[in-house]
Amino acid sequence: MTDAKPRTVRAPEILWRAAEILEILSETPRVKSLWLRVPSWPGHRPGQHVDVRLTAEDGYQAERSYSLASAPETALPGREVIELTIERLGEGEVSPYLTEEVRAGDRIELRGPIGGYFTWTVADGGPLVLVAGGTGIVPLMSMLRHRAQRRSNVPAWLLYSSRDFDDIIYREELDRLAAADDRLSVVHTLTRGAPAEWSSFERRIDPEMLASVAPRPEMRPLCYVCGPTEMVESVSNALVDLGHDPERVKTERFGPSGD
Amino acid sequence: MTGIISRRFGGKRRPAEPGRIPPGQYETRDFQVLSAGPTPRVALEDWDFRVVVEGCEERRWAWEEFCALSREHFVRDIHCVTKWSKLDTEWEGVSIDTLLAGVQSEAKYAIAFCDGGYTTNLPLADITGGKAWIVDSYGGQPLAPEHGGPARLLVPHLYFWKSAKWVRGLRLAKEDAPGFWEALGYHNYGDPWREQRYWND
Repeated sequence: MTDAKPRTVRAPEILWRAAEILEILSETPRVKSLWLRVPSWPGHRPGQHVDVRLTAEDGYQAERSYSLASAPETALPGREVIELTIERLGEGEVSPYLTEEVRAGDRIELRGPIGGYFTWTVADGGPLVLVAGGTGIVPLMSMLRHRAQRRSNVPAWLLYSSRDFDDIIYREELDRLAAADDRLSVVHTLTRGAPAEWSSFERRIDPEMLASVAPRPEMRPLCYVCGPTEMVESVSNALVDLGHDPERVKTERFGPSGD
Repeated sequence: MTGIISRRFGGKRRPAEPGRIPPGQYETRDFQVLSAGPTPRVALEDWDFRVVVEGCEERRWAWEEFCALSREHFVRDIHCVTKWSKLDTEWEGVSIDTLLAGVQSEAKYAIAFCDGGYTTNLPLADITGGKAWIVDSYGGQPLAPEHGGPARLLVPHLYFWKSAKWVRGLRLAKEDAPGFWEALGYHNYGDPWREQRYWND
């Protein structure tokens, strides 16, 4: 990560804003997407996240971080619309509220965008290798949506691990993006059983799968790995073992109580 | 801005010991892993820890020399900027006071440098006086690679990104300069009790 020593980010300020929920979409049985209007939203880069803060009547507050799912292009000045995709965690405090309780028209506090390392824009080039586990797809989807909006011809590969077929987030949109773009390859794997007609992988991501899906290390792809801790640890280790430059492998991990 | 009351939000994770959980944090019993890239690999025979003062190397310990230094065992609470706090974590390692003993310098700041290229900056006063260690043991076991093994900096009174994993040395300097996350919009100092998460907090 040394050669990626970033430019200092000193603006804009990361301020709490009142966001209005415009629409709530059901993505999978446990995952919902919230479309929000955020006044004075300063824009974001794909891969960044926001902090959401809830306040109870007695003043108790809880904060959690959620990745931005939308492309920056949906939040142009005057529109200021972002999407968060949130998984309901059974033991969670904030995610059950955001997936079950909120309604269109409600307002919640959020601030961002936050995080300047696990980001990709078309200016960063490629080839691009995205490896997702579960809701780890969310920041990577922002990258793919941005890439499509900008009609980028950077070759891109997505390897996406889900539990069941019904747990695949953005499945139809990913199908459409891949069908419309010769330079985008989307490969799924399912870890807890697959439908009878399933023709793709049915196991956890392993080095053989990565080698067969990702471009060769000689192509020096930029790799982004996002998912549960153990998956990110094993995939990033495997990428380095396959010969990929550790400085071109960026990781973001969702811990088990990363609510 | 004034807080918006979230209708029907009760809050399930109110801290059992409120005085130990900083604002905006919740208690977890897991030990989560957060890092920006792959876990670096370094063989212990290639590992060393260096103290560099204004550009000149003042101290260097190979792994076996480091292990022979006087050690401290201690229990502290830790607070990650991603909102989790973990209470009563048990560590063992070498105090920064031990590593800097006898070093002559007018430096007021330190930069920790690490395998993988990570850096973080701290006032020297925050890592001396019994406030920081280089630890190689967690919970009575050797520190696991994903948690920063073989050794990491531990500065428990600041947000945990200051406790740099895979640390290989300290550079002491008269001038402060932002480290990796500090240059990416995170707070320069990072006091969890003042909720100094981002640069303008």
